[in-house]
Amino acid sequence: MIRLGIDVGGTNTDAVLVDGKSVLHAVKTATTREVGDGIVTALERLIRASAIDPARIDAVMIGTTHFTNAVVQRRHVARIAAVRIGLPAAATLPPFVDWPADLRSLVQGPTFMIRGGHELDGLPIAPFDREAMKEAAAKIRDAGVEAVGIASVFSPLNYESEQEAAEILSTVVPGISITLSHELGRIGLLARENVTLLNAALVGLANRTAEGFIQALGGSGIKAPLYITQNDGTVSLADQAARFPVHCFASGPTNSLRGAAFLSGLKDAMVVDVGGTTSDVGCLRNGFPREANNNVEIGGVRTAFRMPDLLSIGLGGGTLIDPTDPNKIGPVSVGYQLAERALVFGGSELTGTDVAVAAGLIDLGDKGRVASLDKRFVAAALASCHAMLAEAVDRMKTEAGDVPLVAVGGGCFLVPEAMEGVSEVVHVPHQGVANAVGAAIAQVSGEVDQIFQSMKREEALERAHHIASERAVRAGAVPASLTVVDQEDIPLSYLPFNSLRVRVRVVGDIASNTRV
Amino acid sequence: MPAPPKRITMDDLEAFAIGAWILGTGGGGDPYFSLLEARQHWGAGKSVDLIDPLSLDDDDAIACIGQMGAPIAMQEKMVDGPLIARTITMMEEHIGRKFKAIMMWEVGGNNGFQPFLAGALLGLPVVDCDAMGRAFPRADMTTFAIRDLPAYPWTMIDIRDNSVILTSAVDWTWMEQMTRKVCTVWGSLAATCKAPRTGRDAKDSACLHTATKALRIGHAVQAARRSHTDPVEAVVKSEHGLLVFRGKVTDVLRRAAEGWLRGTVVIEGLDEHRGATFRVDFQNEWSIGWLNDEVRVTVPDLICLMDTVSGEAVGTETVRYGQRVSVIALPAPAILMSPKGLKHVGPRAFGYDIDFKSIFPESVR
Repeated sequence: MIRLGIDVGGTNTDAVLVDGKSVLHAVKTATTREVGDGIVTALERLIRASAIDPARIDAVMIGTTHFTNAVVQRRHVARIAAVRIGLPAAATLPPFVDWPADLRSLVQGPTFMIRGGHELDGLPIAPFDREAMKEAAAKIRDAGVEAVGIASVFSPLNYESEQEAAEILSTVVPGISITLSHELGRIGLLARENVTLLNAALVGLANRTAEGFIQALGGSGIKAPLYITQNDGTVSLADQAARFPVHCFASGPTNSLRGAAFLSGLKDAMVVDVGGTTSDVGCLRNGFPREANNNVEIGGVRTAFRMPDLLSIGLGGGTLIDPTDPNKIGPVSVGYQLAERALVFGGSELTGTDVAVAAGLIDLGDKGRVASLDKRFVAAALASCHAMLAEAVDRMKTEAGDVPLVAVGGGCFLVPEAMEGVSEVVHVPHQGVANAVGAAIAQVSGEVDQIFQSMKREEALERAHHIASERAVRAGAVPASLTVVDQEDIPLSYLPFNSLRVRVRVVGDIASNTRV
Repeated sequence: MPAPPKRITMDDLEAFAIGAWILGTGGGGDPYFSLLEARQHWGAGKSVDLIDPLSLDDDDAIACIGQMGAPIAMQEKMVDGPLIARTITMMEEHIGRKFKAIMMWEVGGNNGFQPFLAGALLGLPVVDCDAMGRAFPRADMTTFAIRDLPAYPWTMIDIRDNSVILTSAVDWTWMEQMTRKVCTVWGSLAATCKAPRTGRDAKDSACLHTATKALRIGHAVQAARRSHTDPVEAVVKSEHGLLVFRGKVTDVLRRAAEGWLRGTVVIEGLDEHRGATFRVDFQNEWSIGWLNDEVRVTVPDLICLMDTVSGEAVGTETVRYGQRVSVIALPAPAILMSPKGLKHVGPRAFGYDIDFKSIFPESVR
């Protein structure tokens, strides 16, 4: 089957065609203000270069850092309403309590704390205050916000309060976008609520972005379904993904790590992805990105997400270098304006790319424009870049022995050929578009979230694994590639017959001969 | 010579949260929520002094406070400083006497933080000692119980403003059983002010300078993070502890019952422990660690799970599938390892037919 992978990054939009185990064609274009325009350009060039009939493409997978960037850069996030149901519990720590002040001032709209929610044993904390919810709904309507996030205490065990609140809101403010916390998170009110509020603040952007993707595709003659890649390296249909943009937060690094694994054939390695603005260092274990443990923060907001364990430093092909001091590298980058502002492209600013061209590492633009740079300065500036990357790799490395380092990304010419603690620096074909390759080879998942009664825990878990695996295989996964990525069971003591709620998530590679 | 009072700063709060969470040995709840509330109080200009127990007069009245319940309930209902402060004023009304200071019931976890919240709200200093030197699930697992001091009176309040005063109990086990029933009815979380103590009691029968210890551990972790060195090793070194196991969590069995959180975590070895399996049983706190089905470490030695990379403590309510953790052991206060102490907090007190044998050689204890 032929898959089209697209990576929409902050600087570049890359597209690749992957057929089974081989990359057929790859193109790199600049990201545009309207992301759809960049995709259209990339698709046109890819289809022209490969001469493929667009109708032969079986699936399109898009990975994007758009939503993470929105939060990190405090742009395009909507002002939203927040409803917490759980008083008199948690009164001293209201919604948004641990958000950074700048993001909070952008996002926080009308905020309400209402009586209701549940206890650990499933009994109500207090009767749900419908009148207070109706008043809140009226104020939300009057405030004119587009989206609202609702979280109730212990909603992963009992989400009645959240659903009742949503019904009242939909009646008072028809069409308002509602995110309910039990759909997104586990036990742990504050982190679950934070994720819910972030999601609500991004739903508008996600809908517009997904629409841009669909339009871009529509004009290209491609008939295949459109998927968006998720945090855990799996895909979700575009309309579903647009409801939960927070699930796409970490797809960029996940795709780059998985792309590096695919292109290098290595299962255990360090990976450095040098882009235009940053270098991200991660680690592959058994072919999967090593995950960060606790409390991942997105733009300073504490969440309970699972994300690849990643170290980002401000070094890339567009990073500005001080012409008077070769030790002063970045962190500012010219970003997507590299093609205008870098010396070799006729600009007036010295970047990582210029230094690499002057050192003869790559041939880009007009090398004559950097010929006059002092050789000692060039060597010293490159040494500074090398030292920054080596330190980042060393910090992320957890094993004592030497390990291979896979270099990917558009700026990977900045990676030195040898490093302390690294057995070899591995370069791979199509290394500049590893992200898009990672998107193209995204996996599929099978999930179960179900209450099992009158059986032992072991039996319930086994059945849940079986159901999730079956669903993954039905979605196109190779049975031998299935891996359990998440498992949680909660006893529901308020239900009879030894009730156990089990959630299991299984992921696997897409079989090369099936349609998704 | 007693140490002079120390004004607790905003920076101290951050370090204390890290250290107390590690000393929580998996329980006592994540101090993060209390830290968030404390930041609000400190931000509004409030603060507390930490005073040396050795500076107390023998007849000073000292309040002992903490939350009780299942840590998982705290994950959703979080904390409430004004509520914990009310248990103190309720006790003052009951005994007809004002308190001179507040001490920690257990330094470990969120409970270590409670006196700092209440102290800031009531304008009382916090005494640098506690009744566990760590965290334990039961009221009869304290140094005051080990020393047979009276277990009453006791005040407790829930979020709805239900309240109870227990005026007497024949021993700590009865007090534990009675209050646990009430706590469970209230949704497995209650704010409590335990039996008041005198300055003499604190000096003779508490674990001394444990807030300072939590601060020291927190500072060690912060320094390691700043210098990109191993925070787990930093704690082991600072407290003369032992790295017991490193691995990845492959199963979490968790059951909330009788107001506690019980269960088992299975960890598959990584790095030098590859191929080995470690299992830790818990009742709110980590109680027994088994290496390949052989007992490796037991209460009252402190068993702490830490995030291998960040050095953050991992709680019994937050540990999850796939997490990479390090298991370390820290030495227990001597009183817990005395023959009387072991009756209260040894493996048999947790229902295991196992003799306590410290993982540490005699010389470091």
